[in-house]
Amino acid sequence: MKRVYVNEKWCLGCHLCEYYCAFANSGKSDMVKALKGVTVHPNIKIEEAPNGISFAVACRHCKEPICVRSCISGALSVTDGVVTIDESKCVGCYTCVASCPYGAVLPGEHGAVQKCELCTQNGGVPSCVEHCPNKAIVFEERGRA
Amino acid sequence: MYVIIGGSAAAIGCIDGIRQVDKHGAITLVTDEAKFNYSRPLISYLLEGKTTEEKMCYRSDEWFLQNNVNIISGVKAQKLDAKAKTIALSNGDTLPYDNVLIATGSRPFVPPTQGYDTVLQKHTFMTLESAKALAASLNKDSRVLIVGAGLTGVKCAEGIRSLCKEITIVDLAPRVLPAVLDEKGSAMVQKRMEDNGVKFYLGDLVEKFDKTTATLKSGTVLDFDVLVMAVGVRPNTQLVSDAGGEVNRGIIIDNACRTTLPFVYSAGDCTEGYDAVSGEKRMLPLWPNAMLQGETAGHNMAGGNADFTQGMAINASGVFGLHMVTAGSYDGESYVEEKDGSYKRLITADGVLKGVIMVGDVARAGIYTSLIRKRKPLSEIDFELIKESPQLMAFSKGDRAKQLGGEV
Repeated sequence: MKRVYVNEKWCLGCHLCEYYCAFANSGKSDMVKALKGVTVHPNIKIEEAPNGISFAVACRHCKEPICVRSCISGALSVTDGVVTIDESKCVGCYTCVASCPYGAVLPGEHGAVQKCELCTQNGGVPSCVEHCPNKAIVFEERGRA
Repeated sequence: MYVIIGGSAAAIGCIDGIRQVDKHGAITLVTDEAKFNYSRPLISYLLEGKTTEEKMCYRSDEWFLQNNVNIISGVKAQKLDAKAKTIALSNGDTLPYDNVLIATGSRPFVPPTQGYDTVLQKHTFMTLESAKALAASLNKDSRVLIVGAGLTGVKCAEGIRSLCKEITIVDLAPRVLPAVLDEKGSAMVQKRMEDNGVKFYLGDLVEKFDKTTATLKSGTVLDFDVLVMAVGVRPNTQLVSDAGGEVNRGIIIDNACRTTLPFVYSAGDCTEGYDAVSGEKRMLPLWPNAMLQGETAGHNMAGGNADFTQGMAINASGVFGLHMVTAGSYDGESYVEEKDGSYKRLITADGVLKGVIMVGDVARAGIYTSLIRKRKPLSEIDFELIKESPQLMAFSKGDRAKQLGGEV
């Protein structure tokens, strides 16, 4: 299946992926209204080092996701390979946060956790990929690296 | 015929595991709970109003149907005959099996205490039924005494805080959550609970009860309306021990989740399996281990070949909005950081990360627990960087290419 992959060689550290992610998941149609004056809580996050290295991290949609097996409420599940979160079932215990080896399941704003669902609810093409100006984030099928 | 005794995490994991190998073989699940399809760790959240009975269903009823699981609920498994490969049930039936999973979990332990029988309203806190009974006995004037400051007692207190007037917790240990936190972490959790009106008598124990009073060893006399016993649990191992299988504190299992009896597997809170951190067998009665052990057992019951060698102590919880993550063991050299009201302690030994305690900010804690689980040599990462904050930047470029550049 197609997943989001990052190439740190091409990442500019511009954080546009974070803003587009937050906008895509805001449910709003106007980007300015969605983001102006708000602290964004995107599902993809840039890591940066002083030496100039930067890259984006979002859910890897592991083939055997330990977050799903760790979830005490059944809020996390796998649908067609995509690890999804049912916020209404999540009680915010953060066992998934304590388990994800990539730090990609994030404490959310309203008690439940949040995570990348590959924009399956937002048209199917991940917004971070679509708007990465240097194509450092791609959406494609790959095997193990 | 696959038979599963028990209906919680390990049982669900086992069904997943069986179906990875065998899509159709008949599965029978026997549980002594009349209503079993719910997540036990959510009972405190139910009382708190953070979930509902409907949302507590871990898997839907349809899921059991789709997976061809025949459910016998409200029935107890009474005797395992490992030679005849049958299980005698409390309804008089005898169930034959080809492979069986014992996933019987644990039961609350109530220490013998003088006058306990005279207590008018007393409860334990493990099942949905016990949680509902507790809630039904409470009103806005209730004074509740909880004996036990472990996770059960602490989460129970949070769950019923708004349903009663007063909560007092007594524990023999000098601090709360002594099994998972260190002194600093315990103090933070205790403070948060006290700020929310929970009172503590620590380093003390109940010597006797008399209807609605408890007399402590220190001489303190506490009046209460409702008592919750949350001292600890005992694993349900009897089916296997009576049948001649090896049992220590829990049912001994190998990495394939087999007991010492042929065709008998076990998983979850009733077992003692391999701990990746100590390298020894120990009880790891936690949801993720139960799921993963169950899955491993199911896979092998169906003829597959799976091993589970990554079991470890890992706990995530929160009390009155204060989150905590703890994992591994705390024997070794410590790095401690206190920042912005949060506390973090990393414990290293033998060149690997052995344990972690985080209270407050727990974001990306899984990066630490994964280092523990995989016994990643610290020489292969930038430990100075990762101890400041959990991040993938601390890994080598090659590791990162695997983490982010390919399927995982």
